[in-house]
Amino acid sequence: MLAADSTGFADPVLDAQSTFRTLMDAFARPGSVQRLAPRLVPPAGLAIGLAAVALALCDHETAVWLDPPLAADREVAAYLAFHTGAGLTTDPREAAFALVSDLAALPPFGSFSVGDDAYPDRSTTIVAAVSGLAEAGALRLAGPGIDGERQLGVAPWPAHLTGELAENRALFPRGVDLVLVAPQAVAALPRTTRIVEAR
Amino acid sequence: MTQRDSIRSVGAANAAGASAAPADARPDPAAAGAGIAARQALMAATAMARRDELEAALASLGPVPAASALRAPESGLVMLRGRAGGDGRPFNLGEATVTRAAIRLADGRTGFAYQLGRDAAKARLAAILDGLAQGAERAAVEAALAPIRARIAAEAETKARRVAATRVDFFTMVRGED
Amino acid sequence: MYVAVKGGEAAIDNAHALLAHERRGPEEIAEIAPEQIEHQLALAVDRVMAEGSLYDPALAALAIKQARGDLIEAIFLVRAFRTTLPRFGASKPLDTAAMAIERRISATFKDLPGGQVLGPTFDYTHRLIDFMLAAGVAPPAPAEAPAETSAVPRVTDLLGGEDLIEREAAEAGEPVGDLTREPLDFPADRDLRLQALARGDEGFLLALGYSTQRGFGRTHPFVGEIRFGEVMAEFVPEELGFAVPLGPVALTECQMVNQFHGSAERPPQFTRGYGLVFGQSERKSMSMSLVDRALRTREFGEDVVAPAQDEEFVLSHCDNVQATGFVEHLKLPHYVDFQAELGLVRMMRAEHAATRAEMKEAAE
Repeated sequence: MLAADSTGFADPVLDAQSTFRTLMDAFARPGSVQRLAPRLVPPAGLAIGLAAVALALCDHETAVWLDPPLAADREVAAYLAFHTGAGLTTDPREAAFALVSDLAALPPFGSFSVGDDAYPDRSTTIVAAVSGLAEAGALRLAGPGIDGERQLGVAPWPAHLTGELAENRALFPRGVDLVLVAPQAVAALPRTTRIVEAR
Repeated sequence: MTQRDSIRSVGAANAAGASAAPADARPDPAAAGAGIAARQALMAATAMARRDELEAALASLGPVPAASALRAPESGLVMLRGRAGGDGRPFNLGEATVTRAAIRLADGRTGFAYQLGRDAAKARLAAILDGLAQGAERAAVEAALAPIRARIAAEAETKARRVAATRVDFFTMVRGED
Repeated sequence: MYVAVKGGEAAIDNAHALLAHERRGPEEIAEIAPEQIEHQLALAVDRVMAEGSLYDPALAALAIKQARGDLIEAIFLVRAFRTTLPRFGASKPLDTAAMAIERRISATFKDLPGGQVLGPTFDYTHRLIDFMLAAGVAPPAPAEAPAETSAVPRVTDLLGGEDLIEREAAEAGEPVGDLTREPLDFPADRDLRLQALARGDEGFLLALGYSTQRGFGRTHPFVGEIRFGEVMAEFVPEELGFAVPLGPVALTECQMVNQFHGSAERPPQFTRGYGLVFGQSERKSMSMSLVDRALRTREFGEDVVAPAQDEEFVLSHCDNVQATGFVEHLKLPHYVDFQAELGLVRMMRAEHAATRAEMKEAAE
């Protein structure tokens, strides 16, 4: 059942475009924190940033995997079905997008699709909600799109992800891409980005 | 928007009445089959109506609950499929522009529209009429749509009569002595 | 080699302004409205919808106006427009057996259930220029006759009982390939071939169909049936769970039946080629059905001996937007690679001259 007070983008075209532009900037400058000001009301169980990214990126041709807390929430499924038309999958390997409410409980990257050498774009983009993002903090990043090094603070940052990202980097050109979404901000860690140091 | 409503409306004959609802519509366990057929017939009529006709139909209902957008009207595409040989394996024929609208009435009823073309205002009117037909205004909505259905059916009838006049009546010419 | 070139911006702006001026034409002649194109040049609109692969008569009419009547340019505009819209999903397969018939003919069965109706056709006209049209004379009202309400079964269903005509197999739940989403791979299945042919260039398919008749991959075709009319498009939205009628879509369908001598696995029977096109376009649907059958050569264990049977050749070249893009890109600046070629030709000429001189010396 669609939650009675939930709404999609106030202006579906402009809001989706502006969210997409924000994500593009985030991917172009990995680790930079881009401001996100979504104009929508998701159901209580779905973080507003996750909802905005999902509505901007998902459609009926993209299979979406939900982590267990989101999958258990029927309002979330109804909201995504109505506003994106995307089909849900329980197999993370089939997912074009994975929506994650609990980053600490994220399954290993290897359980998602990493694409193949001919079509590395057919990999899963993992979109995870976090409580805060800052352009200073524990992670020192390098790689394409970063002039020298850049710092990123993610709250909370589960320590095991540092190793996962290094393994993911080694698969290049295959690999997953990670999008971190705070309520008013977004940052991307594409497969090309190296974590130089995590304190 | 002109979906060839005046020159190509033979199909309207089917869709103008409840009988034209798709025969193989999936029965929804949550609603009675007859209810779905009536709703499909209403959607067919509003899809083939002109915008001014729907404006007049809604105005004729008098005061009705206010409608807010459940999802803002949006134009997009639906991939139209055919079947190899007409009855074989499906294939993608090509897309059509489709505009959809979803509204919620002040009393909680919801209404939906998916229509060929790019007319957002018309899709919104159709969604409101669909929502109103889900409750007390049902009979009034049907009555308001009656002139539209009559117009569509009359055009289809004229078209069919003109087509019928081009039917070939073969007669066999006898050749030779025996 | 591709090198970015800057400059000429003012020239480009002025060229576009001149284009707009020429498009309008002399001011003393009334400007044409898209509605006039939609209803009075309806077959041009149909072609733009079919090859633009987008059903929207009003949009196609506007594209024709913008393109000054250049239909491939209009098709290009329509293709570009469709990329700006999200896709809600795929319709239920259109049921052409439920078509509201406006024309239906068969060259194989004289007396078939539902009869033969000519509808609005150029057939049997004398192809004499009608100067009355220039004078703006209103046409007489069309004749009327009692409308038939009986069903009009597809011709291919009539002979199906005896297995004289091949039957189509529809397996439920099979994924439907989409060449606008995944790049074409060869060999391509029939669903992808039909999609490519449905949006393919009418002239190209006409020539290929003609080539099969002239002996380049002969298929012995007969028109089982051609029908034109409207079919209700239906779509099942996720949130509703039942089929919503979207509105009527005008289609032309051609069923071509072809003699087949049989193979080790199959007894002799008539095989089928299929054509389905947006709008009224008999030539396109007939050409499509001829080429569809020709492309089924492998399936019937026949040898691929002619261009129309070579799916890579046909499918890679039938799209006129791709074709025009690649042909017309030749007019874009190639200054740098031409300079390189010039240098190469000068060098080869010098070598050639030197060789000639040596030979001459040797001969003397």
